[in-house]
Amino acid sequence: MSRMISYEKKNTPIHRLSGFTKLVFFLLWCTVSALTFDTRILLAMIAIGVLLYIISGTKWKQVSSVFIAIMFFMIINLVWIFFFAPYEGCNIYGSRTEICHLFAGYTLTKEQLFYEFNVLIKYFTVIPSIFIFLVTTDPSELAASMNSIGVPYMIAYSIEIALRYIPDVQDEFHKIKNAQEARGIEMSSKGSLISRIKNTSAIIFPLLFSTMERIDVVSNAMELRGFGKKKQRSWYSKRILQTGDYLVLAFIICFFVFAMVITFYDGNRFYNPFI
Amino acid sequence: MNTASPIIEFSDVSFKYRAQTEPTLKNINLKIYPGQKVLIAGQSGSGKSTLAHCLNALIPCSFAGDMSGVLRVDGKEPSKLGVFGMSQIVGTVLQDTDGQFIALTVAEDIAFALENDNMPQKEMFEKVSDVAEKLELTDFLSNAPGALSGGQKQRVSLGGVMALDVKVLLFDEPLANLDPATGKRTIALIDELLKQEDLTVVIIEHRLEDVLYKDIDRIVLMENGQIVADKHPDEMLCTNLLPEHGIREPLYVAALKAAGVSLSPSSKPQHIETMDVENYKAQVREWFTNTSLSRQKSTADTLLSVSGLEYRYDESRQVIKDVSFDIKRGEMISLVGKNGAGKSTLASLICGFYEPDSGKISFCGEDLKKKSIKERGEKIGYVMQSPNQMISKPMIYDEVALGLVVRGVPESVIKQKVNETLKICGLYPFRNWPVSALSYGQKKRVSIASILVLNPELLILDEPTAGQDYQHYTEIMEFLCDIRKKLSITIMMITHDMHLMLEYTERTLVLTDGKLIMDGKPEEVLTNDEICERAYLKRTSLYDLARKCDIEEADEFVARFIESERMKKKNA
Repeated sequence: MSRMISYEKKNTPIHRLSGFTKLVFFLLWCTVSALTFDTRILLAMIAIGVLLYIISGTKWKQVSSVFIAIMFFMIINLVWIFFFAPYEGCNIYGSRTEICHLFAGYTLTKEQLFYEFNVLIKYFTVIPSIFIFLVTTDPSELAASMNSIGVPYMIAYSIEIALRYIPDVQDEFHKIKNAQEARGIEMSSKGSLISRIKNTSAIIFPLLFSTMERIDVVSNAMELRGFGKKKQRSWYSKRILQTGDYLVLAFIICFFVFAMVITFYDGNRFYNPFI
Repeated sequence: MNTASPIIEFSDVSFKYRAQTEPTLKNINLKIYPGQKVLIAGQSGSGKSTLAHCLNALIPCSFAGDMSGVLRVDGKEPSKLGVFGMSQIVGTVLQDTDGQFIALTVAEDIAFALENDNMPQKEMFEKVSDVAEKLELTDFLSNAPGALSGGQKQRVSLGGVMALDVKVLLFDEPLANLDPATGKRTIALIDELLKQEDLTVVIIEHRLEDVLYKDIDRIVLMENGQIVADKHPDEMLCTNLLPEHGIREPLYVAALKAAGVSLSPSSKPQHIETMDVENYKAQVREWFTNTSLSRQKSTADTLLSVSGLEYRYDESRQVIKDVSFDIKRGEMISLVGKNGAGKSTLASLICGFYEPDSGKISFCGEDLKKKSIKERGEKIGYVMQSPNQMISKPMIYDEVALGLVVRGVPESVIKQKVNETLKICGLYPFRNWPVSALSYGQKKRVSIASILVLNPELLILDEPTAGQDYQHYTEIMEFLCDIRKKLSITIMMITHDMHLMLEYTERTLVLTDGKLIMDGKPEEVLTNDEICERAYLKRTSLYDLARKCDIEEADEFVARFIESERMKKKNA
């Protein structure tokens, strides 16, 4: 079984950046994406995102299944938006250009389509950046980076340790699943959906118990080696910022300011092509 | 003798866990001097782990309870210094090397304690490379835990505590999860460190023979929270104190005693290699000629047949290479080999968890290829190492019934079958108990019962006795012998335990790097130097004894001794 969206060691310009830089980039990037509805900025971000994706050497296989899952939820989301707020676009853009009547009180408008198009591309600005961040950031460095932007090290380290144990828990899951299948508890697609849901308890409980045992051991081991005693903690794998990091940081800050100015200069975060 | 002041001093220390009514430690008085290597032995529940927890201050800081008396480690009181303060003096290496491996890479794990101490990165780099060099880990610094062998993980654990320049190294059952050869190497490494560094070593372990591979200064024997003996190994081995308190003696010592020898400390029985057996020789030889062996030849039909089995995870890693063997009905077989030799993979192939690339597995002459995991599960039962990995129902009855319930067996049949199985497994009186109220050994029985209820003809057990002390080991193994007799079931066990292999199995399959390198009697395997070396096994000390007593047929000597022990156990 291949492990999805997990770090892969490579030597690309993006891999060489410090985790701190990538984290700051990622956070500002997502903030811009969340705040703006300016189609021009969003399209520019998609272009940059795709470029970064290519530079990072990420393989489609690493991210495909998660990508498909996100797509699925996105489509549901878009459909729901239409059902609950079919004229949201008209409100936003202040005009109503009807295309055709669908049914009952639902009429398709250009404004609504354009609005939902914006929602769609907002996703596409964020998704590649999540993938790139996860597959290019050494988890060892992640906690150090979070700590240096102000996240308490207790929290930062618990995230790191979760990453450390994901593969172990996955292996354990497979072992338990196999042993339970041998007892006749059907987990494969042969069984009906209901019985499969019922049967997952046969895996979840043993998995939970053996994981708890593990947590117990780990927390003792951590305490025995002095975790949590001091206010500050140093990091073995923290990377010192290089020229490349400063350039990237300068870029993302400028980009952030620029995008915010473009978005808000007319007092409205939507780009309106209908005027 | 050492005239310095003790580095560890218990004066009249007692401790009672909050949840318990009886104290776990009772009036402990113990002095350990700098540079000593002390083994603390005792069965589960003897208080040896509690004693260890006092040293690193987990007691009373993490496990609450009432403590009285005074404990001083390096002149300081652990209860006042706390777990963190003590971690600078006492380095604890835990049993579970996987659990102890906290960070994502070897380097970070060694640095973990330093990071917590907020040491600047530059100093940390130096310290880590220093420690890594001492422990020969320099080439692995950027490796993840999954990419290390058991022995390497153990060295990383050591590195993690040594980075702090501790004065005392405390090992809590360091050998429990290691194959015999790796265990031996660990003991040698501890010995070396002790010689090079300014250290005191305390080892908690019940695998006595393995620890005695290198010199020990004292054995402290515990029972019921008290120290019952504190002697030099040479003296301790001459008494019967160890077996009387549930600790297994080294096999050669047991054999000498069985031959009627009365051991004297001057013969240095601590290591068989250097022991002087001149005075015992005649008695041992006499015993050997007077003991007979009843051998039954298995004439049963073939139950499982594996031929030309091949399996690879991916292009680069072939884990099973051309493995062929037969298992006869009613046999009790052990499958041994070092960590990562492919033992679990082989079991998984037989159970159908993985599909072989080529080769054939047949059961009672029928090809298993087309059979699903579930179908195979009705003939071949698989029991995982820890019962916690299998038990999913809160009540014992429901857990055992589960396999039948999901197969849609009518309720009345289920009831009858489950009760029958519970009776066989000695669990009937507990049938309405919650699983959580059971001991580890009982849980193990529940997990076996839940497989037996399906009436499998072959039972595969993964490390049935891992981490268990002698008493629990005997309990589990006698239980398996018992169900084997009652149900005439065939049993295959994956194990690291050379004792288990010798005492309880008639045949051993030795797997190394995916190949079956030997298929023979356990005594033949464990007296074969070449095989032992390749498979990371440990040649049995009985072999050395036989040789020292000029007995040519060492394997025969081993077999006769093991059988006579088994008879003794049966009669007892």
